[in-house]
Amino acid sequence: MTRTLISQSQLRRGRGRFLYWTLLALVLGVFSLAFIGPLYWMVTGALKSGQEIAQTPPTLFPADPQPQNYSDAWYRLNLAKLLFNTFYYAVGAVVFQLVLDTAAAYALSKLRPIFGNVILGLMLATLMIPAMVLIVPQYVTAIDLNLLDSPFAIWLPAVANAFNIFLLKRFFDSIPEDLLAAATMDGAGPVRTLWSIVLPISRPILGVVSIFAVTAVWKDFLWPKLVMPSPETRTVSVGIYAFAGGTPMNVVVAAAVIAAIPTVIFFLIFQKNIMSGLTAGSLKG
Amino acid sequence: MTNGWVGGRKVRNHLTGHLFLIGAVLCFAFFAWYPMVRGIVMSFQRTRRGVTTWVGWDNYERIIDDPSFWTAWKNTLYFTVLALVVGYAVPFFVAILFNELRHAKGYLRALVYLPVMLPPASTLFLFKFYVYDPSDAGLFNAILKALHLPTSQWMQSPAMTVPAMVLASTWMNMGGAVLIYLAALQNIPGELYEAAELDGAGVWRRILHVTIPQTKLILSLMAMLQIVATMQLFIEPLILANGAGSQDSATSVVYLIYQHGFFQNDLNGAAALGVLMLVVLAGFSAVYLRLTARPE
Repeated sequence: MTRTLISQSQLRRGRGRFLYWTLLALVLGVFSLAFIGPLYWMVTGALKSGQEIAQTPPTLFPADPQPQNYSDAWYRLNLAKLLFNTFYYAVGAVVFQLVLDTAAAYALSKLRPIFGNVILGLMLATLMIPAMVLIVPQYVTAIDLNLLDSPFAIWLPAVANAFNIFLLKRFFDSIPEDLLAAATMDGAGPVRTLWSIVLPISRPILGVVSIFAVTAVWKDFLWPKLVMPSPETRTVSVGIYAFAGGTPMNVVVAAAVIAAIPTVIFFLIFQKNIMSGLTAGSLKG
Repeated sequence: MTNGWVGGRKVRNHLTGHLFLIGAVLCFAFFAWYPMVRGIVMSFQRTRRGVTTWVGWDNYERIIDDPSFWTAWKNTLYFTVLALVVGYAVPFFVAILFNELRHAKGYLRALVYLPVMLPPASTLFLFKFYVYDPSDAGLFNAILKALHLPTSQWMQSPAMTVPAMVLASTWMNMGGAVLIYLAALQNIPGELYEAAELDGAGVWRRILHVTIPQTKLILSLMAMLQIVATMQLFIEPLILANGAGSQDSATSVVYLIYQHGFFQNDLNGAAALGVLMLVVLAGFSAVYLRLTARPE
């Protein structure tokens, strides 16, 4: 490992060694408490009765666990339907982004049609525009296109993601031209070249784009709230918000826990890809 | 190979290229490029009972006359500045700290990134009901009380509203910045620290003279990205403070856009406020480019 701020040898000597282990223990303790603590509080708090949650000082473990808070949340908010909707929108967004953004990035990187650079420039320019600034005209456009309550209201705007196109294009740029030329010599057309040569090499970046797409849909709030006005088409975050007013606090938090569980599982499975994708996307370029 | 064949191939390549592009281009056209233009056009129009007329600067005047207009800007800027002080310095020092540790690196990284994955609505309900509970049953007040420190009303106290929003927002967003800084720190050549140490520079001087200059580019880029992100403050006031908060202490500019557009039937006023926000952010970006383009 390369040398950092403090040298390896300094940490191995008597006093440095002691300090290092104390600091490590301290960091592990403090960060575990600060980042797992609130989540523990959330999961166990939602297990408490309304009375126990208002008790001072608060109890560390639920004295009388009320698992029915979770089942209440599940049935009262119709969480199965809300989770299914969110899942459906997320999967669709991945498919649309993978197909349309990959095709576009491939065209911009390898086919290089006339005006391709102008189009790329216009796409990248949208990175400068904060999403919230466009929310009103985007909403009016969605109404004009008759997209309210339609999953396309989430899928199509998801494709207009310049960051994905940039990531994909940069990856495709790194694929040697000779490889593609060889395929062309063998008589492969652009579709075949993309499918059987470019895409198999690009699996890591496609994974990163998919993960970002799923997380973005799962976390989004205002846009799905606006374009999915009916209770039957809501996403899980919007559904919980809509019910928060007239539902007991613990049931709302129980629902919030259930809404977060898929993201935690997703994170645990794809942790490595998420971490590497994050740094790959932000640094080199 | 004849010239004609090459030419035909070129035309065909252009055509296929555009065919490959068309799907994404249409999505950009409908949901990015056109709304950009339309937002500006809408801000000079008024639609009433389906009839659209040009009204000049009326929408801008009406939005500026909104009693919450200046409060919203004040709160948003306060949030942005505080988030910059806290949410910007903290991840950098956390990254430096993590980079010095030789153990449990993967665990610590996963730990700080976990909240980034959670739906913000879930996290904010946790903060609203269990952490910022103004009674002594809330997590923060229970801790403060156990330490014999004064408790707070959190979101019920106008003075604490913005700091409490910054805290929640930093907790749930800092993981991304920490990981990006960690990657930047790993690119610093070890010889630089070696040389600084031989010159007798202590840990702080090494941070000041090696770490910060070596990560300056990414530091300034992240500052800009964070300003743009925090200026769009919305879901924190919406969930933590039911929108406006006590005595308007949480109202943000985007919340005002939301109010005008979707509750006061004033999409044109909301569009005008959106344009104003764009102008302010463009101003920030211009200043940023000026500052960073300065020749060394």
